[in-house]
Amino acid sequence: MKIEQYTPAEERLFYVLLALGGLVSAIGLAAAYYMEHFGHAVTGMTNQVFWGLPHVFGIFLIVAASGVLNVASIGSVFGKKVYKPRAPLSGLLAIIMLAAGLAIIMLDLGRADRVLIAATHVNLTSVFGWNMILYPVFFGLVGLYLWTLMDRRMNAYYKAAGFSAFIWRLVMTTGTGSIFGFVVARQAYQSAILAPMFIIMSFAWGLAVFLLVQRSMYSWNNMVLHPAVRQRLKNLLGTFIAAVLYFVIVYHLTNLYYAKQVAFEHFILVSGGIYPVLFWGGYVLLGTLLPLFLLYHPAIWKKSGAVSVAAALTIVGGLCQLYVFIIGGQAFPLEMFPGMEVTSSFFDGAIGTYVPSLPEILLSVGGLGIGFTLTVVGVRVLRFLPQDDLAMLTDAGYLHD
Amino acid sequence: MSERNQTEQDSGNGGASRRNFIGAVAAAGGLAAIAPGIHLVQVSQARPAGEGASKAVRWGMLIDTTKCASGCNDCVKACATENGINETVKDARQGSQWIRKIDIKEVKTGTTHSLPMMCQHCANPPCVDVCPTGASMKRADGIVLVDRHICIGCRYCMLACPYKARSFVHQALTEQNPEVPRGQGCVESCTFCVHRIDKGQQPACVETCTQAGHNAMLFGDLNDPNSEIARRVAQVTTTQVRADLKLDLGVRYQGI
Ligand code: SF4
Ligand code: SF4
Repeated sequence: MKIEQYTPAEERLFYVLLALGGLVSAIGLAAAYYMEHFGHAVTGMTNQVFWGLPHVFGIFLIVAASGVLNVASIGSVFGKKVYKPRAPLSGLLAIIMLAAGLAIIMLDLGRADRVLIAATHVNLTSVFGWNMILYPVFFGLVGLYLWTLMDRRMNAYYKAAGFSAFIWRLVMTTGTGSIFGFVVARQAYQSAILAPMFIIMSFAWGLAVFLLVQRSMYSWNNMVLHPAVRQRLKNLLGTFIAAVLYFVIVYHLTNLYYAKQVAFEHFILVSGGIYPVLFWGGYVLLGTLLPLFLLYHPAIWKKSGAVSVAAALTIVGGLCQLYVFIIGGQAFPLEMFPGMEVTSSFFDGAIGTYVPSLPEILLSVGGLGIGFTLTVVGVRVLRFLPQDDLAMLTDAGYLHD
Repeated sequence: MSERNQTEQDSGNGGASRRNFIGAVAAAGGLAAIAPGIHLVQVSQARPAGEGASKAVRWGMLIDTTKCASGCNDCVKACATENGINETVKDARQGSQWIRKIDIKEVKTGTTHSLPMMCQHCANPPCVDVCPTGASMKRADGIVLVDRHICIGCRYCMLACPYKARSFVHQALTEQNPEVPRGQGCVESCTFCVHRIDKGQQPACVETCTQAGHNAMLFGDLNDPNSEIARRVAQVTTTQVRADLKLDLGVRYQGI
């Protein structure tokens, strides 16, 4: 990679972005401190809906972190040449997003000050406990992988490192999906397809984030992606979006026809207020059908910005999907007495309500801010701009148009 | 699964005066608890200080819903007094409820029942399985507790519990019972009044229900064939809530 001097305008832009990201992160941290100080009483969370917006954002980032590494894996594990120059950026984003996601979840703990206990007292029967091991190893493997990519002396090991990181991230996303899959008592979560569904979701969300970051970096550098490369990437995104849709359909159908969770499905898909709105409007329409249209319409996808809009919509759809899954899954009451109407002072049998409070929103967005800031610094310091070697790609038969 | 022979309590010296206070409030009850003696008999001897909980014992509770009246909240009040659950919360949905009364109505027949619901002290507790730090634990005698010094407040156990038995403390607490440590940012649930059991007493809810003459709650050692609870469980049909989950509950219901 050739090193160029930054122009004064680029310098300014860098510091503006840094300041912006820093500010959003600082506000997020302040919000977390406020929640920690006054307790979760200042949040919209309750004893029925106790995982709120921070979990939606945190889990999104953790899942997408694993998926964003997919870009590198396709290059190093499956030897596809278009992806190889993208590997360093992909690895960097994976580390950053995992860190940002974990930061949100940690800061939302009731006792965030005890986070060291989480690292020192690991209960190995707990899926959460496994994750305490899966995450640090992921950091290590991806770090190693980046090293093999950047250091000539280490180049020989890059395939091996890439392969380990690839396997590990599949395990890690399985672990994240299993956090819910092991919860036997709740109708939303007792499905065997959660783990593969999370893996596919991670592919789609991770690639969407990657494409947006790449696009921003290209426009700041006044570069455009070669149309053939762009086409490959957008087709891949489309495939992942469609695959997620397939899993979502299977998930709901199995709930309806095999698990007989009809009341729960009715709640999520029809009668549950905000949840059906987010499911149909947010996930299906905005997050799936619209991006598919933008990516596959023969004229539209070629327009500048179409792929980026599709990627952004995929992210919005993913957040809506997680909101429905995590919060809707808790809002629906536990069924303790089948065939009975249940009432109590503890809201048994009642649909839980949840409205995120400002500190939760600020913490969640602050987590994105942390990721953004680290990315701005990372790409500047490490200069991980994906540069296509067009001659090589032409030789390899990638660029026929 | 971690089975530990330790209790979570801090030793304190405010408990005695509190019990005196409870005794005074429950006026005649204070005497009745000793006089008829019948319910004290099934509680095996107090656990000597410093000795671990015994594996031979399985503490359990039998609730006779036919004797539990809708609207009666005596057990709930006794629990709150005993365990220092006295904070005022702005949003009722954020308040702790270790025990609550549930009213159920069969949709087909219209039959109604009222019953107390609390931690079922599962023999295979999902909360213990999922807890990342091991703060959720099951004692050798079957009592499921949260070690409030290790709990990080992740609330995963709340997601896993099928009975909504756990509460998260949403705010700072004051005026606690030193024998029952609680705290902001941690998760908590019914302890079967472990601090009382270890002294040979009954859980507060059971004692109050009995003293008030309802006799809907019976506490004792399920493993001891001579205990009243073991005999009753052997004689009458009892139900475990969500028995399909096969968690082998310490709390059994009769009449539903
Ligand atoms: S009832 Fe809930 S809190 Fe109690 S032991 Fe079972 S899973 Fe744990
Ligand atoms: S909230 Fe506390 S007791 Fe519950 S799973 Fe988390 S650490 Fe364990």
